[in-house]
Amino acid sequence: MSDEANKGLLSPLRRKLLMGMAAVPALTMLPRASFAQAPATSAVNTTGLAVTDTEVTVGILHSATGTMAISETGSIEAEKLAIEQINAMGGVLGRKIKFIQEDGASDWPTFAEKAKKLLVNDKVAAIMGCWTSASRKAVLPVMEQYNGMLYYPTFYEGLEQSKNVIYTGQEATQQILAGLNWIAKEKGAKTFFFIGSDYIWPRTSNKIARKHVENVLKGKVVGEEYYALGSTQFNSVINKIKLTKPDVIFTDVVGGSNVAFYKQLKAAGIDLAKQPLLTISVTEDEIDGIGGENIAGAYACMKYFQSLDNANNKAFVPAFKKAWGEKTVIGDVTQAAYLGPWLWKLTVEKAGSFDVDKIAAASPGVEFKGAPEGYVRIHENHHLWSKTRVGRAKLDGQFELIYETADLVEPDPFPKGYQ
Amino acid sequence: MTDNRFFNRSELIGILVLAVFLVVVLPLTLDVFRLNLVAKYLTYAFVALGLVICWGYGGILSLGQGVFFGLGGYCMAMFLKLEASSVENTKIQSTPGIPDFMDWNQITALPFFWKPFNSLTFTIAAIILVPGIFAWIIGTAMFKRRVGGTYFAIITQAVAAIMTILIVGQQGYTGGINGMTDLRTLKGWDIRPDHAKIVLYFFEVGCLFVCIMIAQFVRHSKLGRILVAMREKEDRVRFSGYSVANFKIFAFCIAAMFAAIGGAMFALNVGFMSPSFVGIVPSIEMVIYTAVGGRLSILGAIYGTLLVSFAKTSLSETFPELWLFGLGGLFIAVVLAFPNGLAGIWGDYVQPRIDRLIASRKSKPDGWTDSSVADGAPAE
Repeated sequence: MSDEANKGLLSPLRRKLLMGMAAVPALTMLPRASFAQAPATSAVNTTGLAVTDTEVTVGILHSATGTMAISETGSIEAEKLAIEQINAMGGVLGRKIKFIQEDGASDWPTFAEKAKKLLVNDKVAAIMGCWTSASRKAVLPVMEQYNGMLYYPTFYEGLEQSKNVIYTGQEATQQILAGLNWIAKEKGAKTFFFIGSDYIWPRTSNKIARKHVENVLKGKVVGEEYYALGSTQFNSVINKIKLTKPDVIFTDVVGGSNVAFYKQLKAAGIDLAKQPLLTISVTEDEIDGIGGENIAGAYACMKYFQSLDNANNKAFVPAFKKAWGEKTVIGDVTQAAYLGPWLWKLTVEKAGSFDVDKIAAASPGVEFKGAPEGYVRIHENHHLWSKTRVGRAKLDGQFELIYETADLVEPDPFPKGYQ
Repeated sequence: MTDNRFFNRSELIGILVLAVFLVVVLPLTLDVFRLNLVAKYLTYAFVALGLVICWGYGGILSLGQGVFFGLGGYCMAMFLKLEASSVENTKIQSTPGIPDFMDWNQITALPFFWKPFNSLTFTIAAIILVPGIFAWIIGTAMFKRRVGGTYFAIITQAVAAIMTILIVGQQGYTGGINGMTDLRTLKGWDIRPDHAKIVLYFFEVGCLFVCIMIAQFVRHSKLGRILVAMREKEDRVRFSGYSVANFKIFAFCIAAMFAAIGGAMFALNVGFMSPSFVGIVPSIEMVIYTAVGGRLSILGAIYGTLLVSFAKTSLSETFPELWLFGLGGLFIAVVLAFPNGLAGIWGDYVQPRIDRLIASRKSKPDGWTDSSVADGAPAE
């Protein structure tokens, strides 16, 4: 590796390493070195990660620009907040967390390129990042090839499991089944109409939902329609909804399309107070754009709402607002992103090492009692045990908790009978 | 320029300088990660090269080169994906032995048009021929009806949009918006480790020089003269008895094939192919590379591509939240101040001084001050 190639990238790191090494003899003269209790770097880092006696570097890899920026900004903020809080508590194994932020620019190959840069050039100990399935699919081979550790926050379609990824969001069966059961029981729903954006997550989610409706709930799917990402014309599907009169509209439309969809639904005279609608894709972040008055009355099914009433969340929400502004809202994914650095810290401490192999092995069973959603635990399959909740959208853009599962729901990324 | 040589002396020097830069300087100074990034940038250089012929010389502005880049890339990716989807690698699926995205989309057998991509020979032929034939169809439909200029640009843009929608919509067959990821081996040879990246880089540079030679040949042949004449005064060429449409189709097809080779190289070097390289935005980006480098200069287009891509990477690493503004500013500055791009700067400011320097040393006037400068094509 030449100096020119890595100008500005490795050299500060190298300088710090040198400074760190230079400080070693001086350490013996300091009676009260704050990190004197910390285990030696050589013991906790056997694979050449960016760990010094005082610092450990992690990567943050989200879209700060492009169409996904609006969704991913919340994740970036949550991760930075978690890192700040962990550092205030003394860091990880006596080391402060330093982060390098990279921009995936809403472009999947850029995600792969930046992930590679973080692992190969910066030797980060873990990466908090990705949002869309497409970006995760692009990054996954890089993580596996260079043996990195990714904490992925979004609820997603499942059908994946990797030694190198911890999925802090829910997989599809975890998120969907409890919600469908609830609405079938509560509203006596028998007929469902599915509307989704046209890519892997809505398609897979709807496949699972359809199997559940047909085989378990003995109901009927009266329509299933997909729209390209970014679509803004939903009038034809709204007409079909009026014709088929389903008991429940089940939607997984993502991003900006939601704004058009709910406005047109309202304009067409479909009153969500009377027509049950269950969405798995609208969080507080999306309502910010849709407007509370356009979606009030709709049900959302996920694991976290900003309005949750528990001690952890009551500490988390003000801390988040203090860091990022009074007006910010916190959606499901933002909360899941907040779990990433914490779970990593707890796992590192359990393993007593920053080595990726040891973290991967130590992850199952790690529990985080301070989670804003309540309590989570990592399953053997690297997904999280978590509760599923149903909330009802209110005019002010918040959700009112209507239902939550009594127990944690087991993550099942390869569900039998749903494939 | 009455002879049909590939290049004159100053062009030869320019090509040699580029060769030394790509083959010796970069591999010696960059680590494998950065070299692989250069390999990625160079895949766009193929497209830029095609645009020099098609747009710079032929005057046909295509805003849909991403389509051909994508076709080439997808052909390569299909071959690699099939190899990565062996029964052994995919036993976790409901139907082992087919690409993973097909399995997610409940497809249970390999579609017929995927089957030939088990053969590398077929794939290589398809990389060149599929985009070539597609460009020929578009070209014939447009140019024979004398559709040109802005209208043609708009239509190519529409084709790019249609292609994206098609790929995203048919996700069971194409991988949809996720694209084809996790490409692993080429005939059993792992394309992911560092040493493979280095081999692929040199292979790519080799292909690039073959394409440069072809471009040089086209430019110096009578064909190149006709293209320029067409660009300047189409009617006059037509009245002289040439079939303008056929020459335009030819230029467009060449550009398409170059773009396709770039796309295939992309799939090999990056191990990835997705619709985000097919649509309108990447297609326009490719035109920008050419514009920054200088649309009349073959070598300028390559330097332009490298410069813009490099700026993109380094700006985004340094300013994750602001870099797009910096990049936008760069484009505006170049287009406003130097309409002929980098090559224009070289031709207008640098080269005359070098010439004067050489001339002042030599007593006799230089015989090779080339006529290509006269037709607005400053060589590097």
